[in-house]
Amino acid sequence: MKRYSVFAVAREALRYHTGWERAWRSPEPKRHYDVIIVGAGGHGLATAYYLGKNFGITNVAIIEKGWLGGGNTGRNTTIIRSNYLQDPSAAIYEKARSLYETMSQDLNYNVMFSPRGVLMLAQTQHEIRGYKRTAHANALQGVETEFVSPERVKEIVPIINLHGPRYPVLGALWQERGGTARHDAVAWGYARACSDMGMDIIQQCEVQGVRVVNGRVAGVDTTKGPIDCDKLGMVVAGNASVLADQAGFRLPMESVALQAMVSEPIKPCMDVVVMANTVHGYMSQSDKGEMVIGGGTDGFNNYTQRGSFHHIEETVRALNETFPMVSRLKMLRQWGGIVDVTGDRSPIISKTPVGNTFVNCGWGTGGFKSIPGSGWAMAELMATGHSPLTEEFSINRFQEGKFIDESVAAGVAH
Amino acid sequence: MSTRLAKQGRLIDRNKQIEFTFNGKRMTGYAGDTLASALLANDQMMVGRSFKYHRPRGLVAAGSEEPNALMQLGSGDRYEPNQRATTTELFSGLSAKSQNHWPNLEFDVLAINNKLGRFLTAGFYYKMFMYPRAAWKHVYEPIIRASAGLGKAPDKETKDADTYEHFYFFADVVVVGGGVAGLQAAKAAAASGAKVLVLEQNAYWGGRAPVDGGTIDGEAPEAWIEKTRAELAAMDNVTLRDRCMASGVYDHGYVLGYERLTDHAPGQGGPRHRLWRIRAKQIVTATGAIERPLSFAGNDVPGVMLAASMRDYVVNWGVTPGRKVVVATNNDDAYRTALVLHEAGCDVVRILDARNNGGGDLMEEARQKGIRVECGRAIAKVSGGKRVKKVAICAQNGTGGAQEEIEADAVAMSGGWSPVVHLWSHCGGKLNWDDAQAHFRPDAARPPLGDNGKGFVVAAGSADGEMALGPVLVNASAAGSKAAEDAGFPAKTVAAAAGVDSVEAPMEAVWLMPAQADIGLRMKSWLDYQNDVKVSDVQLAAREGYESVEHTKRYTTLGMATDQGKLSNINGLAILADSLNSEIPQVGTTTFRPPYHPISMGVIGGEARGDIFQPVRKTPMYEWNDTNGADWEPVGHWRRPFAYVNKGESVHDAVNREVKNTRENLGLLDASTLGKLVVKGPDAGRFLDMMYTNMMSTLKIGKCRYGLMCSENGFLMDDGVVARIDEDTWLCHTTTGGAESIHGHMEEWLQTEWWDWKVYVANVTEQFAQIAVVGPNARKVLEKLNTAAGGGMDLSKEALPFMEWRDGKIGGYDARAYRISFSGELSYEIAVPASQGLAFWNAIMEAGKEFGVMPYGTETLHILRAEKGFIMIGDETDGTVIPQDLNLQWALSKKKEDYLGKRAHLRSHMADPDRWKLVGLETVDGSVLPDGAYALGEGINANGQKNVIGRVTSTYFSATLDRGIAMGLVKHGPDRMGEVITFPGTDGKTYEAKIVDPVFYDKDGEKQNV
Repeated sequence: MKRYSVFAVAREALRYHTGWERAWRSPEPKRHYDVIIVGAGGHGLATAYYLGKNFGITNVAIIEKGWLGGGNTGRNTTIIRSNYLQDPSAAIYEKARSLYETMSQDLNYNVMFSPRGVLMLAQTQHEIRGYKRTAHANALQGVETEFVSPERVKEIVPIINLHGPRYPVLGALWQERGGTARHDAVAWGYARACSDMGMDIIQQCEVQGVRVVNGRVAGVDTTKGPIDCDKLGMVVAGNASVLADQAGFRLPMESVALQAMVSEPIKPCMDVVVMANTVHGYMSQSDKGEMVIGGGTDGFNNYTQRGSFHHIEETVRALNETFPMVSRLKMLRQWGGIVDVTGDRSPIISKTPVGNTFVNCGWGTGGFKSIPGSGWAMAELMATGHSPLTEEFSINRFQEGKFIDESVAAGVAH
Repeated sequence: MSTRLAKQGRLIDRNKQIEFTFNGKRMTGYAGDTLASALLANDQMMVGRSFKYHRPRGLVAAGSEEPNALMQLGSGDRYEPNQRATTTELFSGLSAKSQNHWPNLEFDVLAINNKLGRFLTAGFYYKMFMYPRAAWKHVYEPIIRASAGLGKAPDKETKDADTYEHFYFFADVVVVGGGVAGLQAAKAAAASGAKVLVLEQNAYWGGRAPVDGGTIDGEAPEAWIEKTRAELAAMDNVTLRDRCMASGVYDHGYVLGYERLTDHAPGQGGPRHRLWRIRAKQIVTATGAIERPLSFAGNDVPGVMLAASMRDYVVNWGVTPGRKVVVATNNDDAYRTALVLHEAGCDVVRILDARNNGGGDLMEEARQKGIRVECGRAIAKVSGGKRVKKVAICAQNGTGGAQEEIEADAVAMSGGWSPVVHLWSHCGGKLNWDDAQAHFRPDAARPPLGDNGKGFVVAAGSADGEMALGPVLVNASAAGSKAAEDAGFPAKTVAAAAGVDSVEAPMEAVWLMPAQADIGLRMKSWLDYQNDVKVSDVQLAAREGYESVEHTKRYTTLGMATDQGKLSNINGLAILADSLNSEIPQVGTTTFRPPYHPISMGVIGGEARGDIFQPVRKTPMYEWNDTNGADWEPVGHWRRPFAYVNKGESVHDAVNREVKNTRENLGLLDASTLGKLVVKGPDAGRFLDMMYTNMMSTLKIGKCRYGLMCSENGFLMDDGVVARIDEDTWLCHTTTGGAESIHGHMEEWLQTEWWDWKVYVANVTEQFAQIAVVGPNARKVLEKLNTAAGGGMDLSKEALPFMEWRDGKIGGYDARAYRISFSGELSYEIAVPASQGLAFWNAIMEAGKEFGVMPYGTETLHILRAEKGFIMIGDETDGTVIPQDLNLQWALSKKKEDYLGKRAHLRSHMADPDRWKLVGLETVDGSVLPDGAYALGEGINANGQKNVIGRVTSTYFSATLDRGIAMGLVKHGPDRMGEVITFPGTDGKTYEAKIVDPVFYDKDGEKQNV
């Protein structure tokens, strides 16, 4: 792999950029791999990357039915934070956040991780209590957060309206080390690194069946033919239950559309991520200048990857109220992604009833921020059969009733 | 130079001059001008700077597809960035500023990026700026952010001075577009009797037809347009709206209309924009087509314009973008522009037709007029910087070796036409590639499908790929009839108007000009003007493996600008397909997403702002509370008094006063917000036995029972007192926040699981005002009221014992009194009809003076219940807590076969002896424990987190006990009474608290059972 650097760019500029090589190969599938990962989104690619990097397992295929990074990795609002309430969540999200800090250097691909800070507004007494509780929990979990006053909120976000007549801002939970990253670059950077380790990323290849022999996985049947493997990782977000069905087990999962939108680009006016859960909206400003806005999930299950309009209305109402200047901007584009939501709204990273088959799904509305941590933990689980980060996220918790419920900390999609 | 012509200008009124400013410079235009045409009339061709390279940019188009002419308009609370000059109607006093430059439009420091263009190719930022690590946040990113963005953000304290509104409409057929196709389709649809709505984005009707010429039914198109519009306007079943753009199509025939009511006359009253939320049975998209640019070097120099747009400026607004114009084309339509310019007295110095054989009749006509036409020829390069000066000409089939350079001040280009398929595609309509016309057109066999599995969008006219006037009208008429028929109206054949137009020779696809342009030229051939994406960028993306069209888009930012690729997408796709040795249809398009054109956030929010952002639910005592010191707290959609603060008193003092007074004298709580659900029917008892963990079917009429509700997973979700009203009727109290969700929860079970049970649930929360009369003097004040009224309900301990209710009169008011207590005091919760609530409240306040009556708020409510060890949903529960954790096993019926949560309670973790259990907590020093603090355990867990053994769920200063009290969940808590545990605060302090019984006050209940 030719390294990217300012010198490489300069060198290529002199020869009209004719010397750049492919970021990742586009091979035909081999007949057998040690490991097949289904799903070349952020989580799948990160899983493959850490299998190679941490465990030296590189005879790996990552199979993708569309284009890599084309699911929720390329549709989210790019927020990265780890101020979760429950210990297992805080552990994996904080692991992810810390890996984001060095991801550009690790991958030699600028993913533009920008620790610009994440502010979660408290607009009711109940929210104040919830966020104070989170701040206490975070302190013991090794996650740096702080409950800040309305005055500090105004300093951090000058465009905010603290004194909305309906829900005045009473304070906020502030995670200074949270922020954003360039979502596509995360997928592309991992893909380039995986390809460089000799892994095969096979796009436009849909899995149509999972072959199980004597309770163990033998391979998958795809639109590009059968491919055998010793271990199988299912990392397909919104379609996880569909794939699990092919392997013969069920997942406690619902798939719903989550909405997002951007405004037209404007000059910088907001440097941090603000989430307002009482009124249901959140916003940050991309490096291009667009206000990146997210709202909630539709109240019905579907797979269409397009959203309805009523959530957009609800979200924009909230933002017009919280940041009145937004009213003078325009919506450029809205889109939807299909998120997989479990009963407790926490992910599943787990062994499955099928031998040597592992599943990583259920990230719901919080998948992007967890990508490196999720891949790290899933790789450890697949390579060694055990990972402390995944322990509590086992599929068995739904039988045991040992749920990891974050709803007290995040009442809204995030 | 660009200038106003002496003649032409069908849309302007030369008798009405309008003054406006651009970058502070005074200019004049005419009524009917757009800002764009007025700028051209004032020789202002350069209108902005590009996003990345800050290159000088001029007007390219005349409509909503314009990528360059984005302006900052207005000032103060009416300031708005990124407004398109081409869709801005001129008004007196308009003040426009160009964007994205410093210090000014003519001289922009960041134009240095243009010089560095060779380094700043597609995706360059992914390959650098990685070291040192901290520099991204502190150096590189701030610079990138400052140079990106377009218009300036509105001021941070901006409060939009305009208002917006929402509007609802139902139509059988919505026709999008008021051009000749739209009008013809509407006519056909309306003839069947269908209710038709026609939306036109411009302030005028007829679209391009009057500019393009030809005849309809033997007349000039304008005559037919006006006649047809008037016919439609006169029909009862037709609604016409101009300045109203259909911006999105959603599932189930939901269409968004974006009506710009006062943008052309700001501040003159009424809402600025109106959002039409339309349900349509069928939608006809008569949205026309958009011309494509040609990709040649320097195709972004101000003065290079789309040929048809140039024609629009001449015919519609009587302005010409140049005096010496070169036309470059691959189709016949651009000849019309040459002819119009010639007619207007401009010098058409050359027509370069990339086709070896040139065009048809129109070419001959141009030649006859003395215009020099060269076939098989192309533009090698346009030069001039801020304005076209020279055009180098070469062979189309070559690498761009210039054979001649001629002087010109404008270039009209045409690369063919692309149907506007956005609305067709928003909801899943599929496209076919038409090789002959080199464009994607709707595939009628694969339309977006409605809930009946049938198509609900029909494309019409040029939006359906018909490019000549005659076929457009025939196609549109058929589309209108089909839509009406599919909407359920019997087909009625309407003869299409007869359109006659020049016969055109076939176009030939030209994706690069010249066809084998060398890299030097390709690096100057723009695809996406606003985002500065060039032919070489797309080729680089393909070379680096970003082969999916979505990868190319994202890597190069092609089509991601505010015009969403209206001009660039097809040209970019073609370059990508060529780079991949593939075909355009195999490469496919990116996804079309709403809105078609950006719409204001103001209109999306509509009326909901400020005081009516979310309507406040008000109890009958709301105004009284407000004028009597209520410190409001939002709870759900309600507001409740947190405390009633007297003058000169702090909130904390007020709470302490309220607590003591209620314990010692008499307190009144406005409890009206408490949810009240009537559950009624022969199966109501059986149903409630499933919903609650307790047995409710055996509750005796006249009695109350405290009930718990668990989720399917066994977690405690709500609590409240249930009263049995009669044989078939129960009244269930819920928490304030839970009323709607519990109602929904009940309905969900009734509708999905027990649909055959005879039960109705009605939410009667707002039908009653409910007042908690609390304290040792509670009975006295009520009896005084009865005495004054000459009698009433017997409120004695014997007649109305604890946990019972009675209907009757209190103080002359119709009342239902419940002997229940959430405070541990003697307490009556009295419900009266909402209309009598305030009067009843006032009556108690008046009568209660001698008993020391005071109102109390939610904080006192919380403290009183905490002193008694009563749990609060949302404090002691958070979705992870089960009744067993809260010592509420007694409320879990053992007699019932089933109830929601029962099976879940059998799961292993639910019986785990290590679950945290409810206890009371007392700080060693009497201080108040911090809210949400965790109790520290020993060591760390496998993930390096400190182990914890419990947490604070509620914590207050108790005025009654004059010390801090708290409740918490602690591992093995009830077995550890008296033990002291440690709570680290986030304030740097560590708090020590003793585990105690959670009932701090009146453990034996002597005060409430009197």
